[in-house]
Amino acid sequence: MIEVGQLSKSYRGQPVLENVSFAVSPGECLGIIGPNGSGKSTLLRLLSGVDAADTGDVRLKGRPVSAYTRKELARWLAVLQQDALPPVGFTVQEVISMGRYPFQTWLGGDAEDADEQIGRIIERLNLASLVHRTIDKLSGGERQRVALGKVMAQQPQLLMLDEPTTFLDIGYQVQMMDYIQAWQRESSLTVVAVLHDLNLAAQYCSRLLVLHQGKVAAIGTPEEIIKAGLIEQVYGTEPIVLQHPVNHAPQILLQPSQTLWRKQNETTIKSSD
Amino acid sequence: MKRKLVLWGGVGVILLLLSILVSVSIGTAKLPVLQIAAILMKQLPYMGGHIDVTWPQSSEQIVMKVRLPRVLLGVLVGAALSVAGTAFQGVLRNSLADPYTLGVSSGASVGAAFLIYFGLQYAWFGQWSIPVVAFATGLISLLLVLKLAQIDGKLKLETLILSGVVMQAFLGAIVSFMVSMSKQVINEIVFWLMGSLAMRGWSYTLTMLPYLLVGFIVLICYARPLNLLALGERQASHLGVHVERTKLVVLIIATFITAAAVSVAGVIGFVGLIVPHLVRLLVGPDYRLIIPLSAIGGGLYVLWADTLARSLLSPTEIPLGVITAFLGAPFFAYLLHKDKKTQRG
Repeated sequence: MIEVGQLSKSYRGQPVLENVSFAVSPGECLGIIGPNGSGKSTLLRLLSGVDAADTGDVRLKGRPVSAYTRKELARWLAVLQQDALPPVGFTVQEVISMGRYPFQTWLGGDAEDADEQIGRIIERLNLASLVHRTIDKLSGGERQRVALGKVMAQQPQLLMLDEPTTFLDIGYQVQMMDYIQAWQRESSLTVVAVLHDLNLAAQYCSRLLVLHQGKVAAIGTPEEIIKAGLIEQVYGTEPIVLQHPVNHAPQILLQPSQTLWRKQNETTIKSSD
Repeated sequence: MKRKLVLWGGVGVILLLLSILVSVSIGTAKLPVLQIAAILMKQLPYMGGHIDVTWPQSSEQIVMKVRLPRVLLGVLVGAALSVAGTAFQGVLRNSLADPYTLGVSSGASVGAAFLIYFGLQYAWFGQWSIPVVAFATGLISLLLVLKLAQIDGKLKLETLILSGVVMQAFLGAIVSFMVSMSKQVINEIVFWLMGSLAMRGWSYTLTMLPYLLVGFIVLICYARPLNLLALGERQASHLGVHVERTKLVVLIIATFITAAAVSVAGVIGFVGLIVPHLVRLLVGPDYRLIIPLSAIGGGLYVLWADTLARSLLSPTEIPLGVITAFLGAPFFAYLLHKDKKTQRG
C-alpha cells in the first residue's frame, strides 16, 4: 500500500527527516510514535502528499504520491487531523457531506447515492441529534466525531491520522479509537496513525514505528517496541512496562526521575534507623 | 440549499426590480412609477407594440438616456464589488477583506487614471485599454499587499488590512498627484478617490457587463472549493481541492471584476465588506448562496447609495464613495471589534 524509500526533508537547512524507509501492507495499522520534534507530523505530510520530500520517494499503490492529482488521492486517501474542524457556521450534515467532494462533478452531482451513505454515517457515530447544529456550537469531542464522519464519507482505502486524540479527554479518546478500529476491521482499511499516547498506540496498532531525531529508531510489533530500554533511549525517561491484564498489550507506567526517587528513599531509610 | 437560494434570490430580484423603478422616478423631474414601468415595457420586444404612448417624449428621454443607464450601472458596480469582496474573504479567510481595504481598488484606479490623464485611453488594446491596465495595476498592488503582510509565510488578519491601508494611502496620493498635474482638477480627483456614477451613458454599462458575467460564472464554479477552504487549507487539500490553483484563480478573478468596476465608477469603498457580511448573517456560510445573493445585495446597496448621493442635496451631488464610507467605516469598526473579541475567546 505504502512504500517509503530513503526519505529526507529539511526546513531552512535543519534536517527534519533523514533516510526514512519502511513499507505498509494493506489492512494493517501502523502507529508512528516518537518524542516532540522527531518529525512525526512532517512524515505524515510527506506521506499524504501535501508536502514534497527533498530526496527519496513515497509510493502509494506503486505510484509516486506526486503523480496523483489532489482529487484522485482524495478518492481513496483520507486524513484526520488533530483539532480537525475550525468553528465554522456549517451544520454537521453539511460538513459530513463535504467528504463527498472528490466524487462530485463540478455541478455537484454524485456518482453514488450519497444521502443514504451519509445517513448511515450519522447513525453510526451517534450524531443524529446534532445534524442541524452548526460546528461552532459543538464541544471538542463532538467536533472530532464530525471530522471522523467527514473522513468516512470519503470512503477511503487508506486512512492517515495525525494525533487525532490530542485534545480529547480519555472517554472520547477511547471512543474515537474504537470507532476507527471497528471501521478498519469491517472495510479492511489501511491505517497510518501518528499517536502521542504510547498506551493507546500499543493497544490499537499492529505495528509501531519509532522516530527519533528524524531517523527510524525501531520498527516492529508493540511487544518488540514498548521496552523500557528503547523508550528511555528515545524519550529520555525510563518507564515501567507491564502487560495489559485483559488484551495483553504492553503498557507503560511513568515514574519520577530516578535520582529524586532515590533521595527520598535514602531519607526514609535514614529516618527508620 | 436550493430552496434557500430560490427563496432569497426571488425576494432579492423582486426588491431589485422595484428599487430600479422607484430610483428612476426620483430626481429633479419627478416621474410617476407607473409611467416608468410603461416606458420600460415599451422597450421590450413583442410586448412593446401593445402599449400606447401616454407620456411626453421628454420623459422617455430622461428615463432611457439619463436615469436608467446610471441606475443599471450602479447595480452592476455594486454586484461586482460585493462579489469581489466575497471572493477575497473566502480565499483569504479574512472577514475584513474587500477590494477597498486590500488596496486593489486604489491599484486599479492608478492604472485607469494614468491612461486617462496621459490621453492613452485607446492605446494598445482599443476600448479595452482602461480595464486591462486597471486590472494589471490592481493585481500588482494586491501582490504587493500580500507580500508586505506575510510574516514567516503566514498572513495575519490585522497585518493584511494594515498593509492594504498603507498601499491605498500611497496609491491615492499618486492618483491625486496625476490629477492635479492635469487641467480638469477638482471634480476628477473626487471622482477617482470617492467614486461616482454621474454622467455615465449606456456605453459604460455595456463595457462593464461582460466582465461581471464572466467573473461571476467562474466564481460560482469555485463556490464549493471555497466552502472546503473554510475548514482550512490542509483539510481542503485532503478533500481533493487544488488549493494553490483555487487561490490563484479566485484572487485573479476578484481583481479582474474590481478593475472593471473601478474603470467605470472610480473607487467606491466598503461595498464588498458590508454586503457579503449581511448575506452571511441571513443565509449562513455556504458560498453557493453567498456569491449569487451578494451580487443581488450589492446591486441593491449601490443603487440606493447612488440614489441618495444624487438626490439628498440636489442639485449638488455627493460623491458616491462618501455615502458608502459613512455606512461602511463604522461597520468595519464593528467587525474589527467583534473579531478581536472572538480571538480573545
